[in-house]
Amino acid sequence: MRLALREVFTAFRRAPGLGVLSVFTIAFSLFAFGLFGLVAYNTRLALERLEERVEIRAYVTEGTETDAVAAAVGDVRAFPEVASVTYVTPEDALRKARIEMAEFKDVFEPEFLPASLEVRLKPGMRDPQQVKQVANRLSGYSFVDDVRYGEEWVQKFYSVRRAATAAGVVLGIAFAFAAMIIIGSTIRTSVLARAREIGIMRLVGATDSFIRAPFLIDGLLKGLIGGVMAVALMWITRTALTATVFSFEFFPTPVLLLGVLIGAVIGLLGSAVSVGRQLKRV
Amino acid sequence: MSSGQTIIKFTSVTKSWARGSGGLQKVSFSAAKGEFVFLTGPSGAGKSTILKLCYMDEMPSSGEVRVSGTSSMNTKRVEISKLRRKLGIVFQDFRLLEDRTAWANVAFALEVTGTQPKAIPARVQKVLERVGLGPKMQAMPSELSGGEQQRVAIARALVNDPFVLLADEPTGNLDDRASRAVFQLLREINASGTAVLMATHDLDLVRSSGLRALELNRGALVFDSADAPLPEREH
Repeated sequence: MRLALREVFTAFRRAPGLGVLSVFTIAFSLFAFGLFGLVAYNTRLALERLEERVEIRAYVTEGTETDAVAAAVGDVRAFPEVASVTYVTPEDALRKARIEMAEFKDVFEPEFLPASLEVRLKPGMRDPQQVKQVANRLSGYSFVDDVRYGEEWVQKFYSVRRAATAAGVVLGIAFAFAAMIIIGSTIRTSVLARAREIGIMRLVGATDSFIRAPFLIDGLLKGLIGGVMAVALMWITRTALTATVFSFEFFPTPVLLLGVLIGAVIGLLGSAVSVGRQLKRV
Repeated sequence: MSSGQTIIKFTSVTKSWARGSGGLQKVSFSAAKGEFVFLTGPSGAGKSTILKLCYMDEMPSSGEVRVSGTSSMNTKRVEISKLRRKLGIVFQDFRLLEDRTAWANVAFALEVTGTQPKAIPARVQKVLERVGLGPKMQAMPSELSGGEQQRVAIARALVNDPFVLLADEPTGNLDDRASRAVFQLLREINASGTAVLMATHDLDLVRSSGLRALELNRGALVFDSADAPLPEREH
């Protein structure tokens, strides 16, 4: 182990350019992948926020007993898709309308707006079919006059979301492959640079596991350093953009740690494969 | 000398490749402990192939190679590594690591085979003195002559106290004077008990030495001077 570590550092000292190049290659490949991840992550957050606005409004026929509505509210709350039900009285509706449309505030009369039930659905149960089903069930109540849920908007929103998810998955896979291929070939170069050493080790009787050890440590360290650098680059980019252009969410810490771990694993595996190939030849 | 304990035994060894020369056809011979054996013959006759089979870099297509109890029939890679620690191998192109000193090149062979670090300096120094490089231990390969570089390679091959030294054209890149000196060194090593199997096409050297020679031609063993004296022949 001590010798393996020493070999790692001597190899670096002998060819610092190559070592720095591979760390930078790993860092920038992961950085590119991470930037894409940030875009995907923020798109997802934005879509989630939009999705929360999906709501169904059931207008209550004028003159309905409050008790009957209250009983129905309990019923609707028990629907498996429903997250919350709010009873909006005509007075509440008027107040809200006056705030949201201040320029018309004198036009609204207390009797002008009917009472309604504002129904919000649980996350994951807001797709067009489910929204429609709940709306239909609501219109089944005798006191419900009309049900509105912006059918067209919900459908458009979901087709946009589907497209975004598909594009995200395809681009993500492409980026991940590109990063792995670039990192793999960089590591292969650094193994090839030491092919002569590997050959001599085999000749004098070093075992495969002994020969492999320094390369695995080397790959692991490079991947780890590259991963940390990629995170730092992303953080710098995010800070700079937030200060100048627009602000957006950064990855939560566990995702960042996972990113660094992925860097280390790619470094380790890349080295293992390259050394394995080289060992087969000698 | 062939009456001693057998350390290398080829039994009807055939080696063939899909393409290219250097293969072998039904080669059988054995070499004894402490023996000095030349492998001669034109380029592509199979001399290097015999050496590669000895250190099990290649495996026979048929037949058996047995080196110090390790058989080609059922060997794992780990056993090959263990076998090579008991062999010394020297090449025409020296195969030194250019980026470290003569001393470090020799020490490398001990380090990577798990020798106790404390034991290394004394052994390296001793073997470098033995090949006559005591004063140039800290020189880089590029600062040494061809003959000196080959001495470093020989020192590296000897540092694990091998029972046999396999030398593939060790004088092929050297001028006459350096060649004679390296050969003299190999004789001394042999005199102290290490067997030597040396491939060469220097027929004068072979004849004047009076040592055992195996002559190969197109992969076949055509002559063994252990059976009869080497005839006068032109190649």
